[in-house]
Amino acid sequence: MATTAAASPPFAYDSKIEGNIIFTRLDSAINWMRKNSLWPMPMGLACCAIELMATGASRFDISRFGAEVMRFSPRQSDVMIVAGTVTYKMALAVKRIWDQMPEPKWCIAMGACASSGGMYRSYAVLQGIDHLLPVDIYVSGCPPRPEALLEGLMRLQAKIEGEHSALAQFSLSAPTAEEAME
Amino acid sequence: MSATAAKAVDALQGAFGGAILSTHEFRGEQTVVVAKDRIVEILRHCRDALDFDFLTDISSVDNLGSEPRFEMVYELYAMTTSQTHLRVKCTVAEDESMPTVTGIWPTADWHEREIYDMMGITFDGHPDLRRILMWDGYPFYPLRKDFPLAGRPSEMPDVAFTDTAPLAGGPFVTSPSSASTVHREPRSREMP
Repeated sequence: MATTAAASPPFAYDSKIEGNIIFTRLDSAINWMRKNSLWPMPMGLACCAIELMATGASRFDISRFGAEVMRFSPRQSDVMIVAGTVTYKMALAVKRIWDQMPEPKWCIAMGACASSGGMYRSYAVLQGIDHLLPVDIYVSGCPPRPEALLEGLMRLQAKIEGEHSALAQFSLSAPTAEEAME
Repeated sequence: MSATAAKAVDALQGAFGGAILSTHEFRGEQTVVVAKDRIVEILRHCRDALDFDFLTDISSVDNLGSEPRFEMVYELYAMTTSQTHLRVKCTVAEDESMPTVTGIWPTADWHEREIYDMMGITFDGHPDLRRILMWDGYPFYPLRKDFPLAGRPSEMPDVAFTDTAPLAGGPFVTSPSSASTVHREPRSREMP
């Protein structure tokens, strides 16, 4: 059968293309690409940054979840991991770096200090980074273990899966509540 | 070790007499309280004649309610010779300023900036008296006793801001107790 087809094919059939077609929704495709290639902005400000480094190192290996490309330029980053105590002196610098990150972007508040000020109830410490920028995931712990940060990252991936990326991408109106229910 | 520090105290008393207001020793630590208007002269003598070539630290104390209000503490160390410590103190009132000692030990520069930042004591002759921890324009001195632990709101548009921290019944303190370890945990004074 294979030899006769190769000798005089009755109609064109490219197995390479036909075999690689996948039917999906645009949202799912975009979200799948986004969630598996999250480039973090490591906003390491205190001891949580040490656990963040451990998460990136070989034992815990954040690259298993596609988030190993730590970028020190906000223009190349997707997710800001605020790891540590945000003092008021640092707060507006964090906000400025956040503003420089292109959309779409997400934020993980890692640890007690970034989430709520932690044990620093004082004149010098911002009581949670959510006073300045929208936080997607809060990771508890002081500092959180690397497993906790990876759990937070997986929760963020689950959140990204549910986003209406195509609508936002092509500037269509957001779905109504009824449409979203379908 | 403390014998040489005691000798230094005796030498100071011999050289300055009335400017040495009091001396005391606690567990081998020698402390000298001196008159504020001769502090630079005395500290220079400590470095040049008594070999205290290293200024370990300068700190300040807010004795709110007593007059004069503030106290300066200079921690000296004879690093190259006898390895002894000497503590020199003097008091300064709220409306007074201190003379700088940056001319004796250059390291005093940042120590004095920190004291200016946190306590609000100014230093005459300091080469660069700016805030070092908080930002220029912050209106308070946070380590003064009459500054609340939770802070006060302040705002400098596009530069910085502060807010009052929620203390939620705190500050949380440990009380001496012979009861269980649960009772010895730090807790709010308002809690039963």
